[in-house]
Amino acid sequence: MLLRLLAAVLAAICLPLSVPVHAAEVQVAVASNFLAPMQRIAAAFERDTGHRARLASGATGKFYAQIRNGAPFEVLLAADETTPARLEAEGRAVAGTRFTYAIGRLVLWSPRAEYVDAEGAILRRGGFAHLAVANPRTAPYGAAAAQVLAALGLGDALAARLVTGENIGQTYQFVASGNAELGFVALSQVMADGKLAGGSAWPVPDELYLPIRQDAVLLERGADNPAAAALLDYLRGDAARALIGGYGYRF
Amino acid sequence: MLDATDLAAIRLTLELAALSTAILLVLCTPLAWWLATTPSRWKAPIDAVVALPLVLPPTVLGFYLLVAMGPEGPIGRFTTALGLGTLPFTFAGLVVGSVIYSLPFVVQPLRQAFAAVGRRPLEVAATLRAGPWDSFFSVVLPLARPGFVTAAVLGFAHTVGEFGVVLMIGGNIPERTRVVSVQIYDHVEALEYAQAHWLAGGMVAFSFIVLLLLYSSRRLRPGWS
Repeated sequence: MLLRLLAAVLAAICLPLSVPVHAAEVQVAVASNFLAPMQRIAAAFERDTGHRARLASGATGKFYAQIRNGAPFEVLLAADETTPARLEAEGRAVAGTRFTYAIGRLVLWSPRAEYVDAEGAILRRGGFAHLAVANPRTAPYGAAAAQVLAALGLGDALAARLVTGENIGQTYQFVASGNAELGFVALSQVMADGKLAGGSAWPVPDELYLPIRQDAVLLERGADNPAAAALLDYLRGDAARALIGGYGYRF
Repeated sequence: MLDATDLAAIRLTLELAALSTAILLVLCTPLAWWLATTPSRWKAPIDAVVALPLVLPPTVLGFYLLVAMGPEGPIGRFTTALGLGTLPFTFAGLVVGSVIYSLPFVVQPLRQAFAAVGRRPLEVAATLRAGPWDSFFSVVLPLARPGFVTAAVLGFAHTVGEFGVVLMIGGNIPERTRVVSVQIYDHVEALEYAQAHWLAGGMVAFSFIVLLLLYSSRRLRPGWS
């Protein structure tokens, strides 16, 4: 009787330990444009593997400065390909772990229906006071927008009407609040489950700008964390790719 | 070293701070006088509203301003009806934002100064047949002068250091809305750390000198309740 009770108590103590014995947490720095899909991926990741991904979103350049100064991130999902490469060259990321998890796409968008035509002719026609773009010097989507305007030969003509957001999230705010009539934002911001969430848009043809390759990398701090490696594997898997594609990213 | 865009940002910042401070002194004098003298039960709620910019994150303030001054917002509708268009992305918009952002820094020292002057000099002036306006301008204002200097310096310095509000409503337009703090932020984001250091170091030195002058002058103590 006593033995049986002891066994039951032991079983009760050991049981919760035995299920998620390999479950761990991983600290992830994720570029602002990828936060929405990543939140859904993190939920699916936890459901499928038992590991937990804790997300911090922000600008890639800021993450770079923070990681160089000892920020406790284990995985970086950048908005560009240069930052992960630089971290690897500086020995702050694990060599050979970089890969492109998504290719971002640019869209000219307005919250007003039928305002932006399917060819983007409104850029030539004018009739707007402000065109919002992300900062070309600091945001990959801003650099892409600058390339598009240059390719269309409108760089100088529209320079006086540009308003610059610090990142793609702020650029979206300028347009969504109606302060700028239209703007170049990330397709992922205005698309959900494969459809435009609202307003009108011109998905910019790929040949007008260099592909926005978004690379992921395992950081030195996460080198021995099984959850970090599992998350990077999961990002390459079919479940994650289906979600990422639904937001308009390519691979 | 500093380049032309840095210098343009510095000039714009000083213009913004000077204009905002001038507007604040005009606005806050009657407000501070009322707060220092009124027995009204509205005093506490007005006090709370005046102090809000002290505790709200500037980005919150900036975001509400962006929405309120936008084409759908109440301020935006009003300015559009006046034929001014909308305020975000303009220098005027930054002035409105700065006035709200630095309001408590100007109201508080003035209010302390008015409270320190007290009722007695006014009563004396009244016995000498000075009208209320006359006694305010020729008795209270000269006595409250240190409070005005403190309010102006604090309001100016605080506006120079403004970041979150400008970030939200400015749009980073050179020579119109790109102030020093935003320029520093851009340098850091673009990994131009040397230029960021020059500007940021200058800001630290400027702020320190301003505060040092303020605290070392015996007659000017920043007054806080």
